[in-house]
Amino acid sequence: MSSLRRTLERGVLSTPVLADIGLTCLAVFFIGLSYGAVAVASGFPLWVPAAQSVLVLAGASEFLFVGIVAAGGSPFAAALAGLLVNSRHLPYGLALPADVTGPPGVTGRGSAGWSWRRLFGIHLMNDEGVVFALAQEDPRAKRAAYWACGLGIVICWPGGAVLGALIGSAVHDTNAFGLDAMFPAVILALIVKDLRDSRLLRAVLASAAIALAATPFLPAGLPVLLALAAVLLLVRDSSPETARPAGQRSGEQPAPPGDGAR
Amino acid sequence: MKDTTLVVAGMATLSAGTYAFRLSGQVLRARISFPPRATRLLEAAAVILLAGLVATTALTEGHGFSGFARPAGVLVAGILAWRKAPFLVVVLAAAAVTALLRLAGVS
Repeated sequence: MSSLRRTLERGVLSTPVLADIGLTCLAVFFIGLSYGAVAVASGFPLWVPAAQSVLVLAGASEFLFVGIVAAGGSPFAAALAGLLVNSRHLPYGLALPADVTGPPGVTGRGSAGWSWRRLFGIHLMNDEGVVFALAQEDPRAKRAAYWACGLGIVICWPGGAVLGALIGSAVHDTNAFGLDAMFPAVILALIVKDLRDSRLLRAVLASAAIALAATPFLPAGLPVLLALAAVLLLVRDSSPETARPAGQRSGEQPAPPGDGAR
Repeated sequence: MKDTTLVVAGMATLSAGTYAFRLSGQVLRARISFPPRATRLLEAAAVILLAGLVATTALTEGHGFSGFARPAGVLVAGILAWRKAPFLVVVLAAAAVTALLRLAGVS
């Protein structure tokens, strides 16, 4: 673990960045409180949010899972809906250099770069940590930001969830504290920067409209999946470009061989 | 709670699948390069999915309207986030506005 200590050594990250990471972890702790309380209020025993918070470690999907099962959906459908939400971790993994999740100098090619430490680092991948890592310029700072945020969240999220479940068992009307408004607020705060892109904003509004229109008629979880159809707005917009064969598009690299595996 | 075995199976599926997504991005990165357009589209799809989640969790409860207190709290949080307020302020404002409205008798 000494290499881990070096990763988090002082001075690699500026004080404002460290403060932002700390505040983010504190916010995650509060959301964890609301998650634990909501899960217990929906009829789950404490070990469900406790185990999920450690093993899944992705808040949005855990809320969704608990919400769908509580609304009468099947746990398997709830898991699939959660996985769809978590599919965003695939582009995150593509965006992160190997030496951010792993030790310095690792390229990720061959078997050399797959230590236990890196496999654990990959489990720590989350929205906030990825944002902080990608915002740093220096590779050392990227790694430090990723690990600081990841380790903070792996402590604060389960800690908040367990404490919230204990509070939720004692206080029955958690809605009185407005905890149910925290989750949509968190997700909105995470995507708000993307709403400054007018094309994406249009697709986002369409997605919200589809999800809301479908809610009275479809089982829980499905309206959100149906809303994904709004992505077609973005595909159609650039269809003149996609109509041309790969490699002839202006300003884009040709697709490499083997890309068909996607 | 419903059948414990089914819930545990669902939890295991979600945990294992989530880790598989995290891992496969890193594995694929070392082997192939995605065209930038595909990466952008995947990122946009995640945002669109999350937006649907915000709309339903903010405005609905079961198959109906959630009442005004929750969406009002989320709206205030959205405005604060747009104006680049700190994350913690945004999240606590959502809970505070919703709680105060309920205290005032608005469901």
